[in-house]
Amino acid sequence: MTSIGVWTHWNNKRMVLLQISEPGGAPDPHQRRIAVGIDLGTTHSLVAAVRHGVAECLPDDAGRVILPSAVRYLVGGRREIGRSALAEAANDPTNTILSVKRLMGRGLADIEGRDRLPYAFVDAPGMVQIETVDGVKSPVEVSAEILAKLRQRAEDTFDDDVFGAVITVPAYFDEAQRQATKDAARLANLNVLRLISEPTAAAIAYGLENGAEGLYAIYDLGGGTFDISLLRLSSGVFEVVATGGDSALGGDDFDAALAAWALDVAGLSVETPQDKRAVLVAARATKEKLTGHDHAELACPLAHGELAVRVSRERFESIVRPLVDRTIAAIGRVLRDAKAAKTEVKGVVMVGGSTRVPMVQAAVGGYFGQTPLTNLNPDEVVALGAAIQANALAGNAGADEMLLLDVIPLSLGLETMGGLVERIIPRNSTIPTARAQDFTTFADGQTAMSIHVLQGERELVTDCRSLGNFELRGIPPMVAGAARIRVSFEVDADGLLSVSAKEQASNVEASITVKPSYGLSDDEIARMLTESFSSAEQDMVERSLRESRVDAERMVLATRSALDADGDLLDPDERASIDALMARVEALRESTDHHAIDDAVEALGKGTEGFAAERMNRGIRRALSGRRVEDV
Amino acid sequence: MRLDSDDFELFATERRFAQSRPALDARWKTLQGEVHPDRFASEGPAAKRVALQWAMRVNEAYERLKDPLKRAAYLCELHGAPISAEDNTAMPPGFLVQQLEWREALDEANSKAKLEALADEVAGHRQAALHRLETLLDIDRDFPRAAQEVRVLMFIERFVHDVDRRLDALEQ
Repeated sequence: MTSIGVWTHWNNKRMVLLQISEPGGAPDPHQRRIAVGIDLGTTHSLVAAVRHGVAECLPDDAGRVILPSAVRYLVGGRREIGRSALAEAANDPTNTILSVKRLMGRGLADIEGRDRLPYAFVDAPGMVQIETVDGVKSPVEVSAEILAKLRQRAEDTFDDDVFGAVITVPAYFDEAQRQATKDAARLANLNVLRLISEPTAAAIAYGLENGAEGLYAIYDLGGGTFDISLLRLSSGVFEVVATGGDSALGGDDFDAALAAWALDVAGLSVETPQDKRAVLVAARATKEKLTGHDHAELACPLAHGELAVRVSRERFESIVRPLVDRTIAAIGRVLRDAKAAKTEVKGVVMVGGSTRVPMVQAAVGGYFGQTPLTNLNPDEVVALGAAIQANALAGNAGADEMLLLDVIPLSLGLETMGGLVERIIPRNSTIPTARAQDFTTFADGQTAMSIHVLQGERELVTDCRSLGNFELRGIPPMVAGAARIRVSFEVDADGLLSVSAKEQASNVEASITVKPSYGLSDDEIARMLTESFSSAEQDMVERSLRESRVDAERMVLATRSALDADGDLLDPDERASIDALMARVEALRESTDHHAIDDAVEALGKGTEGFAAERMNRGIRRALSGRRVEDV
Repeated sequence: MRLDSDDFELFATERRFAQSRPALDARWKTLQGEVHPDRFASEGPAAKRVALQWAMRVNEAYERLKDPLKRAAYLCELHGAPISAEDNTAMPPGFLVQQLEWREALDEANSKAKLEALADEVAGHRQAALHRLETLLDIDRDFPRAAQEVRVLMFIERFVHDVDRRLDALEQ
């Protein structure tokens, strides 16, 4: 007997367990896809997976689930990742990269407080890079090291390949930062099932664990980023209502502010990379100590003398108050976006290590007039939620326990005359979504139009982030204002944007799928991959073949179930053609040519498109009439 | 039920202005539960493509139905009285004066309290305009006059947005 395939019954959301008997075969372990959730954090990173129906963080050999987000480069291409790297941060500050997340998708000029960081920055076009003893490194490569380490941990745990991962990003990450994260995953040989927001992931884990219903605020203050999200929870449906934040505000800024104050009081300054790192490490230790104590010493040896300053908790709070106030102001904006009053918020879930600071809890509690919920591990909850979503997206059992209705965090629009931005899809729109707007020409006889796609909330093009450019050519010459050009924006469930433009009279059209200019090119990725990256040991061909076979098997199973359920929608010719396509896939399934398998699977997909549409229509009718399958 | 059904058919609700928001919310979630592409994670690309189209269509209808202004504009359009805001600016007399007063008040508001007071006043007018719309659309069925009222509301909405922006700016 082979293949116990589990397939989500598409109509009544019950699981249907299919058992296809095939004599002589062995059970195929790949039927259950290994899907992991990864919290790629500024300070810590974790990997989690659903095992036996329960999400859990995966530990390393020593039983620790947290991997410090630290990478140290050594001569000869060697590297240390995690705890061992972190331990050397103060000794080897220029080669030990911490908090690399803050550099993702950012140019040198974008990085606030870069003078306080110990790195040798290289001002590369698009994204900043760092000079190390092992050569120049992009933040994407550094992040990939962390991701690869976590992928290996998962593969060791399951003794199997990872099918795919859901990676969390701050809700407020823009397109360039998201693309950089996806590129890092590609480098780490991880198939990204989706990027989801950290507060959303936390809400999933919290909501499922506690059976929460109603409007919840997730306040997520991590090492480097701040997010505030409002979600409405109801029986397994997670609806993101509004989200906001600051992708450059976190515990690191608390440390930096405290360090700057202490240096000022002591009349000392830091110049060497060692000093810069040492004072930040000391400030962080002091901050953590002040969580449980009223006073703490901020002390470390520096090149020009000993730094030793006594800090009261009160003093610390006055130093970081402006930062905490910025987070509170962001909550107000999100409530306004959601058109919700703070009294409607049923619970406030605290996520991220920086919410351990007592003053943060007091400020948030004071704002909402209720004690924030801290009864979950703020370090683990994001990875757990990501694992649950990953399990669902891999199509594993239990996938239909939840549905995430997510939004786009930042508005999307295009450039119009005078350098202004016309917003096409406002922020916090539920995805997938499609919007169109008509534009016209501004000059007589104008035959081309440049479409510049932008992301952001500001009105001037220069204040928004450019996502891409394309041109619509071949517009028939007309007087100014006569042409009608419809520009359509489409964001799919993965948040991927495509833009197309079409002149309505002549039907000339042009389109792009947006990949921001900040991302790495395919060539760059290929170069990084060949430069002896840690994932190069993977036998890619072997892996592709296994994946193709699994896809083929799943496709056949899904088609067979669909035929069993709704075969009556087809006439005999249609049925025969689908049967033939299915037979072709089955004939090729054991072949070693993964391209041939992929082609046959694709042909089956195309050949069942009309059938899929018909089934969908029937499903909708059933859902609306509220009747059961048997009655339709 | 087809992709080209109108929003009211899709949400199985009467074609009228008065709608129950909880009912719309519940229907939206039921529909997304059926058509969202994530529901078809283990199926082939064909099913996923169809699901994507449906999910986008359901979101479009929901966006329009849940927003009173968009819902009213949609009803006017369905009944042959399009809003065409860009070339038709006809509004009830008296509203122009009101507009100018508000603009002035916004320019002069220099504190959070004053901005919030203005926001409250505008919200009161918005509520009244929505009541008039409901009568015009559901009882009088006077769609051309309803279209005028929609244009008033579009102004109010933009103005609320401007007030919000000023509040944001104050808080930053």
